[in-house]
Amino acid sequence: MIAIQNLTKQFGATTAVKNLSLAVNPGETFGLIGPDGAGKTTTLRVIATAMRPTTGQVTVAGIDVTHDPEAVKKTIGYMPQRFALYPDLSVLENLNFFADVFGSPRAQRTELIARLLGFARLGEFQTRLARNLSGGMQKKLALAATLMHRPRLLLLDEPTTGVDPVSRREFWDLLTQVHLDGVTIVISTPYLDEAERCQRVGLMYRGELIACDDPRQLRANLGAVVFEAHSTRALQARKLIEHRAGVRVASAHGDQLRLLLDCAERAAEIQTFFHANAISVDDWRQVQPRLEDAFVLMIAQEKQP
Amino acid sequence: MNFRLLSIVRKETIHILRDPRTLVIMFVIPIIQLVLLGYAATTDIRRLNTVVYDADRTQQSRQLVEAYRASDYFAINAYVNNEQAVTALLDRGDVRAGIIIPAGYGERLGKGLTAQVAFLIDGSDPSVASTAFAASQSIGQAQSIQIIQQRTGIDPMRLNAIEVRPRVMFNPELKSANFMIPAVIGMILQFLTQLFTALTIVREREQGTIEQLVVTPIQSWELVIGKVIPYIGIAFFDLAEVLFLGVVWFDIPIRGSVPLLLALATLFLLTTLGMGLLISSAARSQQEAMLLSFLTMLPMIFLSGFFFPLEAMPVWLQALSYFVPLRYMLVILRGIIMKGVGLPSFPEQVIALLIMGPLIFTAASLRFRKSLE
Ligand SMILES: Nc1ncnc2c1ncn2[C@@H]1O[C@H](COP(=O)(O)OP(=O)(O)O)[C@@H](O)[C@H]1O
Ligand SMILES: [Mg+2]
Repeated sequence: MIAIQNLTKQFGATTAVKNLSLAVNPGETFGLIGPDGAGKTTTLRVIATAMRPTTGQVTVAGIDVTHDPEAVKKTIGYMPQRFALYPDLSVLENLNFFADVFGSPRAQRTELIARLLGFARLGEFQTRLARNLSGGMQKKLALAATLMHRPRLLLLDEPTTGVDPVSRREFWDLLTQVHLDGVTIVISTPYLDEAERCQRVGLMYRGELIACDDPRQLRANLGAVVFEAHSTRALQARKLIEHRAGVRVASAHGDQLRLLLDCAERAAEIQTFFHANAISVDDWRQVQPRLEDAFVLMIAQEKQP
Repeated sequence: MNFRLLSIVRKETIHILRDPRTLVIMFVIPIIQLVLLGYAATTDIRRLNTVVYDADRTQQSRQLVEAYRASDYFAINAYVNNEQAVTALLDRGDVRAGIIIPAGYGERLGKGLTAQVAFLIDGSDPSVASTAFAASQSIGQAQSIQIIQQRTGIDPMRLNAIEVRPRVMFNPELKSANFMIPAVIGMILQFLTQLFTALTIVREREQGTIEQLVVTPIQSWELVIGKVIPYIGIAFFDLAEVLFLGVVWFDIPIRGSVPLLLALATLFLLTTLGMGLLISSAARSQQEAMLLSFLTMLPMIFLSGFFFPLEAMPVWLQALSYFVPLRYMLVILRGIIMKGVGLPSFPEQVIALLIMGPLIFTAASLRFRKSLE
């Protein structure tokens, strides 16, 4: 559905996207993750024809985004990171505007809009101004607006950021419906539990795609074991061992110490070390790796080549 | 039927209608500007503060002062006892003119000799000064003609070999409002249309809505024209508003054809709306757009011949003024409103607007790229 070859996008001196190659299959839900400033938005904007690539080639359904952007626009629905509908227009006026703009036939208009309003559960709010909707409702409205012209590819830029957990789940329910309709979805998200729901995820870091695979595969091929332990001095404990041999990544959250180690035997060695240093760390247990571990590890590796 | 264009017009109209502040500015500002400028931008002088030093103190000298007072050009505010006091008051700006009548004025007149009177005028505002200058002379002359009549008993009019009978055309009362109001109308049109269109596109950018727009099939020209159409409507409303106000408040006669005025105003509006769009596509924020708007508008107003006659400007400034659409519109407005003339009287101006309007507008549409960059 999408084929990106050696895409580079520069803004003056900054390289937002560096030599990125990626293919997204039809019908797939593809997650794009990475820290802020990694280049996710820029990548999506180039695919959406909102920006031109500096070098490289991007095609959507076989159409080159630089050669025939207008044809690409008809194929895709793009939902920007920031709410980009008109705050002073009502729900219905916004939907009607985009229906007009995409030239959706008048005859089927009413039915289509009614269906989308039902789909986004916004029926009872149709006369409310968009600015007076809750964050979650705004996201659903934006999604409905991008579906107005029945795109085959949806590009969603952090659609659930800053939205409460209930609305997030609702939004993903909607996405599941869209996915089942056969629409290809590319979604960027800072939430790794959402990334787990994608068939494949790509991790971007400093403009580069440093990993791209099935999330289960990424966890399985972690190349490290994960231990959790409890300590009232977790921060101090982390500092002590973070540069020790065999410790790939050490992190502390509250009283929780989380260690990515090269092998299970390493845990016993570290336990002894803490003991010798008179720091009590207990409750040791080996846990299942999470997607987050994979990314933390990969980014750590990128940082120290 | 182009539904995309229509949908933009509709959406833009809703934006305007739902923003009470903009509405107020668009409909109230023209009234305020017209009234303020209608009164302020005048070179008529009335009851100019004047000081008198009458060293003569005779009936004749009092007659002369009375003649000045009666003319309504000068208000006699102060009498002083020496010349220094006259210049002191002028220096301080308390008065704008001073009359000095030397001792012996009445006596010389009585003897049939020429008597001299000094008339001092504050020249810091040249246009006021030149009107005051002319008034001081003509009142003095009228006075001396009267005196000749008294002396000789002959109607001096009959002695004249040449009789110049000036007849002021188009504006017989020489009311500067008649001259200024049409110009004020041009300026208001320029101000409002340029400012508001300058804000429209940049607002989409600031709000982030442009990001959604650029991925739709909307064409640049559709967006540009669709955004401008509601403002053309408002501009015509404003035009009607100020014309009406000019007629009922300032007694401006509209001597020419109103339909012609509207048709040519449309041409002019293309240039101002185009300017606004150009600014809007260049500016990064609404604030910047507003600033750019004011920065470009001020020189254009000065170079339009609004305040200062173009003929008096250095040649290079005059050359520059040919690129200012308001310059042409002022000629057209003054021509139609004051003189009641039609197309044959200002073909160059119409041609200039015919060229500039579409040119600026096309440049603006081309400048606006359907892209975030
Ligand atoms: N329009 C732009 N002009 C200049 N720099 C930009 C622009 N957009 C993004 N960048 C820069 O490119 C990099 C990637 O940004 P972005 O694609 O927004 O990342 P992400 O969406 O992953 O947070 C950042 O360093 C950002 O500052
Ligand atoms: Mg982003």
